[in-house]
Amino acid sequence: MTASLNLRAIVLSLAILFVFLAGWHVAVQSGGSAPAANIDPEYARLLGQQATQGKSAMPGPLDVGKTIWGHLRDPFYDKGPNDKGLGVQLAYSLGRVLLGYFLAVLLAVPLGFLIGMSPLISKALDPFIQVLKPISPLAWMPLALYTIKDSGISAIFVIFICSVWPMLLNTAFGVSAVRKEWLNVARTLEVGPVKRAFTIILPAAAPTILTGMRISIGIAWLVIVAAEMLVGGTGIGYFVWNEWNNLSITNVIVAIFVIGVMGMLLDQTLARAQRAVTYPD
Amino acid sequence: MAMFKNPFDAGRRITRGCDCGRHESQSEHERAIRADAVEASASDESRYQRVVENAIIRAIFPQDAARRLFLKTVGASTATAAISSLFPIGFATEVFAQAVPEKKDLKVGFIPITCATPIIMASPLGFYTKHGLNVEVIKTAGWAVVRDKTINKEYDAAHMLSPMPLAISMGVGSNPIPYTMPAVENINGQAITLATKHKDRRDPKSWKGFKFAVPFDYSMHNYLLRYYLAENGIDPDTDVQIRSVPPPEMVANLRADNIDGFLAPDPVNQRAVFDGVGFIHILSKEIWDGHPCCAFAASREFVTQTPNTYAALLKAIIDATAYATKDENRKEIAAAIAPANYLNQPVTVVEQVLTGTYADGLGAIKRDPKRIDFDPFPWEGFAIWILTQMKRWGQVKGEIDYKSVANQVFLETDTARLMKEVGLTPPTSGSKTIVVMGKTFDSSKPEDYIKSFAIKRT
Repeated sequence: MTASLNLRAIVLSLAILFVFLAGWHVAVQSGGSAPAANIDPEYARLLGQQATQGKSAMPGPLDVGKTIWGHLRDPFYDKGPNDKGLGVQLAYSLGRVLLGYFLAVLLAVPLGFLIGMSPLISKALDPFIQVLKPISPLAWMPLALYTIKDSGISAIFVIFICSVWPMLLNTAFGVSAVRKEWLNVARTLEVGPVKRAFTIILPAAAPTILTGMRISIGIAWLVIVAAEMLVGGTGIGYFVWNEWNNLSITNVIVAIFVIGVMGMLLDQTLARAQRAVTYPD
Repeated sequence: MAMFKNPFDAGRRITRGCDCGRHESQSEHERAIRADAVEASASDESRYQRVVENAIIRAIFPQDAARRLFLKTVGASTATAAISSLFPIGFATEVFAQAVPEKKDLKVGFIPITCATPIIMASPLGFYTKHGLNVEVIKTAGWAVVRDKTINKEYDAAHMLSPMPLAISMGVGSNPIPYTMPAVENINGQAITLATKHKDRRDPKSWKGFKFAVPFDYSMHNYLLRYYLAENGIDPDTDVQIRSVPPPEMVANLRADNIDGFLAPDPVNQRAVFDGVGFIHILSKEIWDGHPCCAFAASREFVTQTPNTYAALLKAIIDATAYATKDENRKEIAAAIAPANYLNQPVTVVEQVLTGTYADGLGAIKRDPKRIDFDPFPWEGFAIWILTQMKRWGQVKGEIDYKSVANQVFLETDTARLMKEVGLTPPTSGSKTIVVMGKTFDSSKPEDYIKSFAIKRT
């Protein structure tokens, strides 16, 4: 029964995709204005197809497919500091995200433990967390650029600051929600505090902590694109900006697609890790 | 020049405040020596030798009195022989003569517009390499980012709008940081573009209620558009709306009908025509023929701390600018700077801008080879004109010492010196006449100029 359900889901997905692509294709075909009649050919040579043939500014699915294929065939070219392959740009973005994210893990998990285990620290830090948490990550950008004085590190800082909060709060919640009975059993068996943290609290809180980490990686990936559009240089966000600069909607759509796929992969990786630590209650 | 005089002459003083006595501090003194050496590079070998001898003698006799006493006692020729035997003056002279750049790997930021042509083309066409530099030209997302990255020293020098170094130096819109503008990149090369639906409203007097875009508040575009509107009786602050919009967004906004037009750098204007969303109303050249637009800018720190690098970089830019001035090179340049690594635009668009044979968006082909031109000379008069407009529109308030700000930021003298070195003839300082829409600007009377306008914010 499950096999047939999966099969039916796949068929439905493909049908939705097909309808979407067909609708897109038709919309683009009919979208442009009528070709301008009798233009002087010499003048027409100086204009783009949108002006002379009434081609829609919006590319069709075939154009996008062709461009994706072009990028996939040569993802790692390097034609100077401002023109690198899509693969290279993705690698830059991924590198920044992972660096900022792991720095955030290093801070958020231990601090979350502390907050979860000590009601005093939890209460004392609460106002700070509440104020800092809702700040849009990009609002930090000018401040980071001004104080850190390096755009690359600023981008990593922005990733760090936005991925800290979900992890911190989830860790604190997971740690404080560990069942009292388990802790009491540990106490009667005279387990030391360090051993207690690693053998009882950590496994018990792991699913919640990983949920926080999963939320964080999603946010980090959202933010990197915006941050790179702002500071430029390298990365997938810069790629979007550069193609926008050329008014190349085709490449922008390609980039959107790639960003989506990459975000999904990151999310799935953590989902897998989350399943690995989940235990039946 | 004290360091070109014979240090073995007992009658001469070579020490005052610093080693030579002509400068405030030792670092300034050393910079001047290097600058003088650069000046001499073309011709006179013996001058280098004097510079080196001076340095050695000064090192041996930090006290000028001791040097003079020594020379008086033993005689100049004996002294020369004695010191030459101890120190290889000939070798030192040779090393010094090459004026090696202190730093070879540089990063120069640019915004992808045709104004940056000299900065960009110097990379693919090899002008940086020719002057011994390894320059990476980095595309940047906006003027504010260029400003911040240059201030943060991520870029050694950058492409800026010519009012920006003035604004940064005076601390308008950022912290005051001493900035310099050793070269103008391009003159002319901007245009007013209107949405195609306005093709029958060519008279600016009928533009009340329009929404315009300019690339930045501190830009020639802003000042020229305001000037043009005001001359036509439209108050740029109350009758129309002028917003600051990054160039790539301008065409998109024009297509989306969010703005009625813009005064923008190319290739944005030509791109609007290319995509069939707008037409070129007038070229900025028709407002002020020969106006400066973008600039090659560097912090004063870069200029003083790495003078040889600065000189080499500036020479590369001046060289590239001279190459770009020639009509016959324009097509080659267009092909070199259009790819994704630089402007990322269709070659036809860039070519129309640079050759001046272009479609105007209304069905006509226009020919104006001076649509954009390149002239590196940073006339102080330009700076003073920009300052008058900053004051006219209320961006700066109070007294301005026009002459000294202009002199500090627009480095006429340096540019003239380096132009000579690469074999060009610099113009005579102060000989520039500025005529904007038929009105002559006298740079010695900036306040009177501001007072002469009917529409102003002061």
